Amino acid sequence: MNRGLTWFNRVSLVLGFGFLYLPILLLIIFSFNESKLVTVWGGFSTKWYGALLENQGLLDAAWVTFRVAFVSSTVATVLGLVAGLMLSRFGAFRGRVLFSGMIYAPLVMPEVITGLSLLLMFVAISFDRGFVTVTIAHITFSMCYVAVVVQSRLISFDRSIEEAAMDLGCPPGRTFLLITLPVIMPAIVSGWLLSFTLSLDDLVIASFTTGPGATTLPMKIYSQVRLGVTPEINAVSTILVGVVAMGVLVASVLAKRDEARRAQDERLAAAAP
Amino acid sequence: MAEPQSNRVAYVSGRTATQGRVSGLHARFMLFAPYRWFHGLLTRTGLSSRTLVILVPYLWLLLFFLAPFLIVLKISFAEVLIARPPYSSLFEMVDGTYLQLRLSLENYLLLLEDDLYWKAYLSSIRIAGISTVITLLVGYPIAYAMARAPRQWRLTLLMAVILPFWTSFLIRVYAWIGILKKEGLLNLFLMKIGLIEQPLTVLNTDIAVFIGIVYSYLPFMVLPLYANLEKMDQSLLEAASDLGCKPLKAFWKITLPLSIPGIIAGCFLVFIPAVGEFVIPDLLGGSDTLMIGKTLWAEFFNNRDWPLSSAVAVLLLLLLIVPIMIFQRVQQNQGGAG
Repeated sequence: MNRGLTWFNRVSLVLGFGFLYLPILLLIIFSFNESKLVTVWGGFSTKWYGALLENQGLLDAAWVTFRVAFVSSTVATVLGLVAGLMLSRFGAFRGRVLFSGMIYAPLVMPEVITGLSLLLMFVAISFDRGFVTVTIAHITFSMCYVAVVVQSRLISFDRSIEEAAMDLGCPPGRTFLLITLPVIMPAIVSGWLLSFTLSLDDLVIASFTTGPGATTLPMKIYSQVRLGVTPEINAVSTILVGVVAMGVLVASVLAKRDEARRAQDERLAAAAP
Repeated sequence: MAEPQSNRVAYVSGRTATQGRVSGLHARFMLFAPYRWFHGLLTRTGLSSRTLVILVPYLWLLLFFLAPFLIVLKISFAEVLIARPPYSSLFEMVDGTYLQLRLSLENYLLLLEDDLYWKAYLSSIRIAGISTVITLLVGYPIAYAMARAPRQWRLTLLMAVILPFWTSFLIRVYAWIGILKKEGLLNLFLMKIGLIEQPLTVLNTDIAVFIGIVYSYLPFMVLPLYANLEKMDQSLLEAASDLGCKPLKAFWKITLPLSIPGIIAGCFLVFIPAVGEFVIPDLLGGSDTLMIGKTLWAEFFNNRDWPLSSAVAVLLLLLLIVPIMIFQRVQQNQGGAG
């Protein structure tokens, strides 16, 4: 579809993206507000960011959240990669229907159910709740996202180059490391990033599965938000939004450069006698 | 011919070196009892290392996704106790001779009798349904315009739709509190331009919940719609216009029917999670906004009634199982066909 945009198309794009971005922009703007009243502009100030540095509870929660996100996204990426390979490469294995069901269900499962069920299981096996249980919970739903991302990349992947490598005598393990892995690398990276942000973001599942000493940042934000809007929370939010936006932008720029380099390599290879 | 030859030699020696390293590692690890035991177990059971690799994610999901559901089911038949853990055991040894199974249907009876729960279920479906329709109405024009945009813009537009999805859900919902509250930015703006004289009450009503759900789930609607509309065969519309069909009619007769798979996927992706939503009704909705996710949370955290909240979860799952199954079927078909 490429026939130019009508005025209706332009209006829907402007309104749609305005709707998506205006609330976040307002939140960021008011984090630099001098006044304590969130809706009255009292001049530019960064004092709320300074106040954050003195809020030990918030800093502790941020550190816990960061550790949970890092560990869970790394483990989830490994498990999700294997699961994605299983779904797209291993054909029919015993229990495949159950497996793919368990991969897709967490994507749409209400968080309250996932959180409650994991908590009840940790209680049933009398496992102490805290950092480890939150991490396990996050690995469980993140790996499903990674598996889906990896699987969709593998489906669009030209298998003939793998076969060519094996025809030339490359053993399967090496073929995987030298051919398959580099090709699906962008999917693995975006799977890791997705897991990281999902973990950074999760309130409901963490609230169910956490224990003493493992309060995460979303839980802290939530308990303060219930008391009302404060510029301090706007400042934390701005930092979080900034970190995530930077990460995503850097990743997409890197992916684009990688793509461009590969296209150039292919052109060179085609041009070579 | 010299070059391929030397390549092959390098390759062969490379392989032997790797294999040598691996078997050396294996020999060294065999000194440790746990590794020896594990290796013995593998050879005895005839499991290859490949099977083992498969088993890890499989077992993980069985243990941390499927097993917890069975436990929820089990506890939903228990009775609430003031103890740790706060529920009764289903199995009891009687006189040390036989095992007695005691199922309590009390939780389910309570859910059926107390109309609070019925209302919460129905209200969740109503709120999620209305929000899904609004999301479709808002999302369709956006996806349509994106698919018609010049090719070099499309990737940027796609990125711009995905980016808010990466930023924190909680923060995006929180951002609306400052906008919608009585002395918030929306009322300030509307009064300044003279549209209203008294501030509107939007926060803590169902309308705020609709806005929150539409805003949070809009990318889930736009992405499948865009994927569908972008692939649409342009020549069909050209043929229609050649035959004298007006653009609006062509849209109704061709574009809309062809985009139904995208509409279905988008609606499921919005509706299913919206039914069990907790954060949005809790922060934006009022005390009279009933949603089952909120009820479950309250039963669990405020009333500490674990068996009852398990029963709520089981019924919520039963409610969602049909849409989830359909969604999975669609998802698998797309995976297989793509």
